[in-house]
Amino acid sequence: MGDYIVLAISCILINNILLAQFLGNCPFLGTSKRMDTAVGMAMAVVFVIVLAGVITWITEIYLLKPLDIEYLRTLSFILIVASLVQFVEMFLKKSIPALYTGLGIFLPLITTNCAVLGVCLINIKEEYTFLETLVSSFTYSVGYGFALILFAGIRERIILARVLKPLQDTSIGLVTAGMIAICFFAFIGMV
Amino acid sequence: MAQSILKEFNKGLWEQVPPFRLVLGLCPILAVTKSVENAVGMGLASTFVFVFSNLLVAMLRNIIPSKVRIAAYIIIIATFVTVVELVMQAYTYPLFLKLGIFIPLIVVNCIALGRAEAFASKNPPLASVADGLGMGIGYTISLAVVGALRESLGNGTLLGHTVFGPDFLPFRFMLEAPGAFVCLGLVLCVMNLIGKK
Repeated sequence: MGDYIVLAISCILINNILLAQFLGNCPFLGTSKRMDTAVGMAMAVVFVIVLAGVITWITEIYLLKPLDIEYLRTLSFILIVASLVQFVEMFLKKSIPALYTGLGIFLPLITTNCAVLGVCLINIKEEYTFLETLVSSFTYSVGYGFALILFAGIRERIILARVLKPLQDTSIGLVTAGMIAICFFAFIGMV
Repeated sequence: MAQSILKEFNKGLWEQVPPFRLVLGLCPILAVTKSVENAVGMGLASTFVFVFSNLLVAMLRNIIPSKVRIAAYIIIIATFVTVVELVMQAYTYPLFLKLGIFIPLIVVNCIALGRAEAFASKNPPLASVADGLGMGIGYTISLAVVGALRESLGNGTLLGHTVFGPDFLPFRFMLEAPGAFVCLGLVLCVMNLIGKK
């Protein structure tokens, strides 16, 4: 049990997928201008990463490894992620329309979110067991959402501030992300 | 004809240079720019993928049904990424280890899919190759610039050679994660200053 807690803390705070491993930066800068889009994106990411993490792990262990075709990993994983996103979209539209209206527009964006494929690949690279995969997928995505929502809060404030013209928008956004990354740096000694 | 192909090639170098003008493909530029060597390796791998995926998409542009085009593009891109991955594993193993999961992640580099959708799906193969090559080289140069800044300030070296003399105290911050964000933000700021004349 203790191991899982350590893994969870390290995934959320120390190895934060966004600020320490640099994955999923395009949607991070794209959807963080307003708080409500950031929250929607964060929820959609958690949903898809957990599903994708589990399914790709099963594929790797029960399909690619026994058949010795691991070189097809990239190809099969991206197909799984893309079709999973499509499937989730259709499923939500039919059965949980309320959730679909909340997450709807963010789902197609997630296919090209490298955090999804990144987490799946990290799970395989670190040779996690099934339970560890579940914990790491969930906590990595929670860490992503956490950083995204924090950043959106700060960015809403920056709009009110007077920023030098060439520094505006993405540029100041990246510098701000750097400052948040410094805060996350403080967690390094924790585990 | 030759004129227009040159134009497609040139626009990737300055006018629409990927990570700065079109804010795409940010993850590798933050993650693999600790040294110029890694940055250029990553840039060349990406260039290969852009060129060949553009070529194939342009050749098949009248065959792929528009409903499943995104899925088809992803498969094409993933195929070339797999090729790069295997080649690098065979011939440049140390670099392959350093770049780690960022090589398979070229699949989800928005530039590759973006160019396939926005350019190669509407233009003939030759122009598409020029477009992919221009974008790739522009991307490589951008990666190398950020890599050179971070390596020289953070480590005091450039491609392994000392640049500022023995008394230089390395600015370690640049090599850490926060330094990557701040450095890229400032480079973008400089690009805006030059571009907005």
